Amino acid sequence: MQVAAGKSVQGGVAVGPLRVYRREETPFCRFSSLTPAEEWARFRSACGRAREELAGLCEKARDELGEDNAAIFEIHRMMLEDEDYLDAVKDMTGSQSATAEYAVRAAGERFSAAFAAMEDEYMQARAADVMDVSRRVADILTGRRDAFTEDGGPAILAADDLSPSETVQLDRSRLLGLVLRRGSRSSHTAILARAMNIPALVGVDFDESWDGKPAALDGDQNRVYIDPTPEILAAMEARRREDRQQTALLQELKGRPGVTLDGREIPVYANAGSAGDLELALENDAQGIGLFRSEFLYLNSQDYPTEEQQFRLYRQAAEAMAGKRTVIRTLDIGADKQAGYFRLEKEANPALGYRAIRICLTRKELFKTQLRAILRASAFGSVSILFPMIISVEEVREARAILEECRLELRRQGAAMGDVEIGVMIETPAAVMIAGELAEEADFFSIGTNDLTQYTLAIDRQNPKLDRFYDPRHPALLRMIRHTVEAGHRHGCRVGICGELGADPALTETFLRMGVDELSVSPAAILPLRKQIRGIDLSVTA
Amino acid sequence: MRTFRYTVTSPVGIHARPAGLLVNAAKALDSTVIIEKAGGGSASATRLMALMMLGIGQGDTVTVTVEGGSEEANAAALEQFFKDNL
Repeated sequence: MQVAAGKSVQGGVAVGPLRVYRREETPFCRFSSLTPAEEWARFRSACGRAREELAGLCEKARDELGEDNAAIFEIHRMMLEDEDYLDAVKDMTGSQSATAEYAVRAAGERFSAAFAAMEDEYMQARAADVMDVSRRVADILTGRRDAFTEDGGPAILAADDLSPSETVQLDRSRLLGLVLRRGSRSSHTAILARAMNIPALVGVDFDESWDGKPAALDGDQNRVYIDPTPEILAAMEARRREDRQQTALLQELKGRPGVTLDGREIPVYANAGSAGDLELALENDAQGIGLFRSEFLYLNSQDYPTEEQQFRLYRQAAEAMAGKRTVIRTLDIGADKQAGYFRLEKEANPALGYRAIRICLTRKELFKTQLRAILRASAFGSVSILFPMIISVEEVREARAILEECRLELRRQGAAMGDVEIGVMIETPAAVMIAGELAEEADFFSIGTNDLTQYTLAIDRQNPKLDRFYDPRHPALLRMIRHTVEAGHRHGCRVGICGELGADPALTETFLRMGVDELSVSPAAILPLRKQIRGIDLSVTA
Repeated sequence: MRTFRYTVTSPVGIHARPAGLLVNAAKALDSTVIIEKAGGGSASATRLMALMMLGIGQGDTVTVTVEGGSEEANAAALEQFFKDNL
C-alpha cells in the first residue's frame, strides 16, 4: 500500500480505481499557410462552436450545481466576445501570420498572465478561466478531444488541475472523488467539488503509475491510499455508511446550541484560512471565527500587504460574523509558510527558527501595520487578537505594548475602535509550563495542538516515515492540555483548543471534563462536534 | 457628457459576474460608457476583461462617464444598475 497526503477541499470517503487524467497537448503550428482572412474565419467558426458547447455546459451546471456555478460559463462566453481579446487574436493571425490555434492560445496566455498578476485572490483565479476558454477554442480548431469522453466505470480522478469546464464535463455518475496535484481551496475545482459534495484533495503529489490501481480517498484525513489494505477498505466502508447517516442528522442541528446534557454551553468556532472559509463557517453555523489565519493574505501577495488591504479583509471577516467573535491571529509566517518578499534566510531547523511573533517583534513596523488594521476592523464587529508562538511573558508584554502604541496613534487620528480581547497561543511546551504567568497577561488561551504536538513529541508530522511513532492522543500532550486549562482557570483566563485535535470526537468528552471552555475547528467539523457535545453528560462521573 | 460617482458596496466588488452584467447593460445603451477607478485606471464598460482587470473591490469609488446618445436617461439607468447590483 502507498499513501499520499494532501489538503482537503471536501470531506468524505471514496473507494474505487484511480484514473490519472492526462491532458493531451498536441503541438500545433505557429505559422499559417492560409491568408489572415481565412485564419480569422476559422477562428470565428470555432468560436461559434465554443459558444454552443458553453451554452450546453451552462445548462448542465445549472441543473446539477445551481445558478451560481453556471454563471462562470456565461462569463467564458463573454470573454470570447471581448474586444481586447479578439483584437489580440486578430493581430496575431494578421500581422504575425499565426494560425488561429496558436493565436488564441497566445492571447489566452497573455490575458491569463494579467489576471494572475492581480492582487485580489478571486481575480487571480480568473486566469484559469481565460486559459480554459482559449483551450476550448484551440481544441476545436485542432480537433482534439479530451480523455474524459472515454468510457469506463466509476473512478477517483487524479489530475494536475482541472479547469472549470473540465470539472463540469465530468460524468458525475462516474466520479467518486477528486485528487489534484495543484489547485487551491478557492479554485473553481475546489468550489465545484464542494458543490457536488464529492471528497476532494488538492496538493497531492500522486504518481502517474498509479493509473488504474485500486484506491481509497479519505477527504477528512487528507490521505489517498493506493492498493489499500483490507483494513483500510473496511474502515472506509464503515465511514461511508456513517457519513450518509450523519449528513442528514447534522442539518437538523443547525441553529441549536452546543450544550451538554447537564447544561454547559461550549461554543464551537471555525478556523478560517481564507476569505472563502468565512462563507463555509457561516454555512456550518459557526458561533464565530476562533482562528483567523491572517498569514494567507501575506502568502498570496507579491509584496507586504498594506494596512488598507489588511483592514478591508479583517473588516470583511468581522462584518461577515455580524457581531460574533472573530479571533485574528497575527502573522504566523516562517517555517513551512514562506513568502519570497520577506527574504527570510534558509534555516537548518525552520520549525525552531525565525517565525511568527519572533519576526513581528523584530520587524516592529510590519507588526504595527497589521495591528493597526486589526484595531480599525474592531469597530465593525467583535474582534480579538491572538499572538502565536509565545514562549515567554516578556514577549506578550512587548506585543501588548506595541498594540497599545498603535491604539494611541489611532485614537489621536480619530479612528473608531472596539474592545479587543488579547489571546495567547499555547503551542510550545514552554508556554504550557508558564501558563499561569501567561494567563495574567491574557484574556484567553488558544491551544494550538498541531505545533504543540510537534514540539512535544519532537515529531515532524509531514514526514510519513514517522507515522508509526506518532500518537496524536499521546498522554504527554493530554497532560499538557490539562495543565494549561488548570493554570489558565486559576488566573481567570478562558482556555480553548484551536488545533486539529479539538475536532477529534473521541477526545471531546476528555477535553470538556478537563474544563476546556471553547473549541475552534475547520468549518466542516463544527456540526459533528456540536452533536458530540450535545450527547455528553458531565454530571455523570466518567 | 454626464458623469456620476459611485462607491461599490458589494462585498465581492466588480468580479466576473457583476462585470458581465455591467457589460450587457452598457452594450444595450446608445452611449459610450467609461468606468474610471479612483486612484487607478479606466476601461470601457463594454470591455469585460479590461473591466475585471481594474480590480474594483468593495469600498472603491468609480466615476462613470456617459457620452453620446440619450445621455441623461442612460446615466440614470446605469446609476440604478450600480445601486441594484454593485
